[in-house]
Amino acid sequence: MDLSNSTIWGYRRENGRVGVRNHVVILPLDDISNAACEAVAAHIQGTLALPHAYGRLQFGADLDLHFRTMIGTGSNPNVAACVVIGIEPEWTRKVVEGIAETGKPVAGFWIEGNGDIATVAAASRQAKAFVHQASEQVREPCPLTDVWIAAKCGESDTTTGLASCPTVGNMYDKLVPLGLYGCFGETSELTGAEHLAAARAATPEVAEKFMKVWSAYQNDVIEAHKTSDLSDSQPTKGNIAGGLTTIEEKAMGNLEKIGREVKFIDVLEPAQAPTVGPGLYFMDTSSAAAECCTLQAAAGYALHIFPTGQGNVIGNPIMPVIKVSGNPRTVRQMSEHIDVDVSGVVRRELTIDQAGDSLIDMITRTANGRLTAAEALGHREFVMTKLYRSA
Amino acid sequence: MSAPQLLVHDHRDNVGVVVVEGLAAGTDMLCVVTEDNSDFRAVANQDVPIGHKIALTDLAIGDTVIKYGHDIGRVVAPIRKGDHVHTQNLKTKRW
Repeated sequence: MDLSNSTIWGYRRENGRVGVRNHVVILPLDDISNAACEAVAAHIQGTLALPHAYGRLQFGADLDLHFRTMIGTGSNPNVAACVVIGIEPEWTRKVVEGIAETGKPVAGFWIEGNGDIATVAAASRQAKAFVHQASEQVREPCPLTDVWIAAKCGESDTTTGLASCPTVGNMYDKLVPLGLYGCFGETSELTGAEHLAAARAATPEVAEKFMKVWSAYQNDVIEAHKTSDLSDSQPTKGNIAGGLTTIEEKAMGNLEKIGREVKFIDVLEPAQAPTVGPGLYFMDTSSAAAECCTLQAAAGYALHIFPTGQGNVIGNPIMPVIKVSGNPRTVRQMSEHIDVDVSGVVRRELTIDQAGDSLIDMITRTANGRLTAAEALGHREFVMTKLYRSA
Repeated sequence: MSAPQLLVHDHRDNVGVVVVEGLAAGTDMLCVVTEDNSDFRAVANQDVPIGHKIALTDLAIGDTVIKYGHDIGRVVAPIRKGDHVHTQNLKTKRW
């Protein structure tokens, strides 16, 4: 399959990025602004509120991550325009100004001194104007490889390492050399395969950066807080039911997602946008699906590929999540959640190369507008990563 | 080729993965090594669910289980060729 001239119908944004959805987002700066955002979204059709749990009294690296996630989410190319509502003006303006750097239409509103009702009224007028603008935007042909594609697996089992993860890896091996931006993460879940992951870094410096991040997660998160061998959490109960026994086994399967050839060119902080051009990136993330997807979307990724064995049902509000499964039982029992069935791989009816092509076909269709299973089922899990308790 | 009951990633592996539902004890399994599509046969000693592992050799306590050609943990209870390998006889070496 010659993919070098493949195009999709996307939205070319002010900063040149390509989006595959056209959301008008109503973004709460903080937990106590969720109600106002949800009121605006209930009032103005075609908008999407993103309620979340945090944004008050955070400090240091945790606050930096909060702002990076907020600004990154509003800046994602799948977002046509953004209304930000916060409790007070200063931090609200900081998020508005960060999003405005993309050239995207954005406006901020705050509740103190106004109350919810007046804030909702003013924000609703602005949201309505944005909806008119967004709904007149038309899709245009864009190179397939201009769509940044992230990946993360979940409720994995042994079939993910045999079929669905190698399918994603095959896609990256085909598209990254043509100029795709890719991303994988799940720092803790590479434990047992960290040496194999490090060997896939493009340079010794990138490998060293990866090992530093991986070791920090081991020491500062796992070792600092564990009360057991983690066998009740990682692998998960679903992983174990699916036949995965140890974290080493799970990590080997996970790493199949980055294919056979492609090397990763940099290590990103959580929610950090890539800075060194096209290629595959590793991001330091939790292995919990919603946390990882939220961080990847905030880094600017427009599509997500999610291999699953036992049937994780995750979605993301702004970034379509394409589910791939190679477990014949899951494909049968949970068919409404699966976009790409690669169970033929374990029956030896489908090669990994063919499975990779079928995934690229579904990427193209999804980029053109096909709703994913998670979108059709209303999965909008938006979960901020929090590094430590607030002040 | 008919559909295999067991897939093995790598020739160095001492376990394979059941890829069919309802595998019964005593089944003479068609086993395929995915790295080169070579095949062999082995007998399952127990009923083993889809996705779960079966030993390809006898393994003693302290032995290393190999899958993907790499170390995935240590044996904590004796395993016979054909046995179900899971949390009852295999543990992580990490954490």
